[in-house]
Amino acid sequence: MNSMVEIQTAAKAGSTPNLWSSIGILMRRPEVGSFLGMVAVFAFFAIFGGANFVTAGGTASWLNVASEIGIVALPVGLLMIAGELDISIGSVIPAASMTVATISGYYDLPIMVGVLAALGLGLLVGFINGVLVIRTAVPSLIVTLGSLFAVAGLTLGVAIILTGSTGVAIRADPLAKAILGQFVGGMFQVTIFWWLGAAIIVGYLLHFSRYGNWILALGGDKVSARNAGIPTDRVITLLFMGSGLCAAFVGVSQALLYNSAQVSTGQSFIFNSIISVVIGGVLLTGGFGSVVGIVFGTITFAIVNQGIFYTGFDANWASLIIGVLLLAAVLMNNTFRKMALTYTPKKK
Amino acid sequence: MAEPILQLSNVNKSFGPIDVLHDISLAVKAGEVLCLLGDNGAGKSTLIKILSGVHQPTSGTILMDGEPIQFASPRYASDLGISTVHQFGGAFPLMSIGRSFFVGVEPTRKWGPFSIYDRRKANEIAVKAVQEFGITRIDDGDRLVGGLSGGERQSLAIARAVHFGARVLILDEPTAALGVKEAAHVLRIVLEARKRGLAVIFITHQVIHALTVGDHFAVLIRGALAADFRKGEKTREEITDLMAGGEAMAELEAEIESYQSAHEGRAPPVADLR
Repeated sequence: MNSMVEIQTAAKAGSTPNLWSSIGILMRRPEVGSFLGMVAVFAFFAIFGGANFVTAGGTASWLNVASEIGIVALPVGLLMIAGELDISIGSVIPAASMTVATISGYYDLPIMVGVLAALGLGLLVGFINGVLVIRTAVPSLIVTLGSLFAVAGLTLGVAIILTGSTGVAIRADPLAKAILGQFVGGMFQVTIFWWLGAAIIVGYLLHFSRYGNWILALGGDKVSARNAGIPTDRVITLLFMGSGLCAAFVGVSQALLYNSAQVSTGQSFIFNSIISVVIGGVLLTGGFGSVVGIVFGTITFAIVNQGIFYTGFDANWASLIIGVLLLAAVLMNNTFRKMALTYTPKKK
Repeated sequence: MAEPILQLSNVNKSFGPIDVLHDISLAVKAGEVLCLLGDNGAGKSTLIKILSGVHQPTSGTILMDGEPIQFASPRYASDLGISTVHQFGGAFPLMSIGRSFFVGVEPTRKWGPFSIYDRRKANEIAVKAVQEFGITRIDDGDRLVGGLSGGERQSLAIARAVHFGARVLILDEPTAALGVKEAAHVLRIVLEARKRGLAVIFITHQVIHALTVGDHFAVLIRGALAADFRKGEKTREEITDLMAGGEAMAELEAEIESYQSAHEGRAPPVADLR
């Protein structure tokens, strides 16, 4: 806080224009709002959550939640930047869990077969979503709402026919468990590392490869993007397949982590991932956002979600905090976006 | 240079039973500004879409450099050097100048095994291209397009088209949403593009803007070419009259006058005017 005041006074005196302008550059990035929000939320729970919140165990509790939401939030964020929404992930997660548990648990086939089948299912649902969105021009919210219910019904129906129950147990071999669903050091889920990897890949795609420019352009103005020669249909289909794949991955890792799968476990991911992405500074209508922002937004959401248990407050208040936080984040992100838009360099 | 770059010959377009364009013949040469004038609904947008490959003509031919050609897609037309700039620049407000300049043709550089978007190069080229058109206020390629004024956005889009080798520049109402000063700016850029030997098709319904930059004028009324004349052949009043429908307007005036003389100077009720 002290240094902030110093910077401001220094800038007013005009003695450090470079420092001021580099702060200006930072302020115009899409993730600045989500970073400030994350720091504020962490500070809040570090103070009210007591000593336990900042221990390894406390950190693990929100990191674990963040990693599962985060793996889904990254591709959902990409889709949102491209101007589309995917809520079918809420059914793909349990469908993938059930697929791997049924194949490798109930029928006792090799774990690889189950994992590949589950991931393939995710890709297939994504592909169907993409093709439907392109061919019908129906808003993707509606298309994926349809596939959300269709996949949920299919999962339940097939599960009852094949296994006769809505929950299936699975015993994975140690190697598969170590890779996909284990607690490292007894508390950190291995998915945290997958999340990190996914963030690096998606970050490369969005910010460093030329495809990122295609995604931003697609969300900004689809017709202009197409006229500029971007294969918009292919990009949209691939993005939907990406979110299907990531959702399926989370489903598989959950099944291996808890040694069982249930037909209805993923619905909370729909809103949680969208909230994380929006807190992360992605514009709901597309064309603006960053991967670092999505990661910050996910962490912010997870801290609130878990931190409440470390405070003396009733856990029922968590939703209230998340709701207020979401609105505050959107307003703050709007402000920062306006700052970025109206920015003009000083005349020399 | 005598041969037109782009020529329409007896082009018709209908959507189902509705005829939108009848028998349009037009030509535009390099280093020439063709102004396409017309009221709303006169068929200007359809004509642009035919020129830029969005629609195919129902009958008639398009000639490029004297050869008959079919634009199968907007992409194909732009590959041949036909570039359309829309009213708001058709750009992406939340993208940086450098990024939006290179949408679809991003420069990349190698970074280890990865090929990454070359931000510095993109920004440099984009800023240089815009400054060459006299927009010296743009000097930071990281600025967002949405932060530019309407005129600057148009200039950016035109500079982009020229940079990527456009030979025919189609400007769709570039000055419609602009203030007087900014419109003047865009008109100057149109002249700059002409000086560089581009063929410019300038669509507008502002006669003054057209007269300022145009070499050749065509007026569309209800899908047909009502007039085709060169600079200095018609006055501003004549053109405005033509665009407003000429005879239809004169008839209306006569009707109002006769009503007023019969009703002690009162204006006629709307229902009586058909």
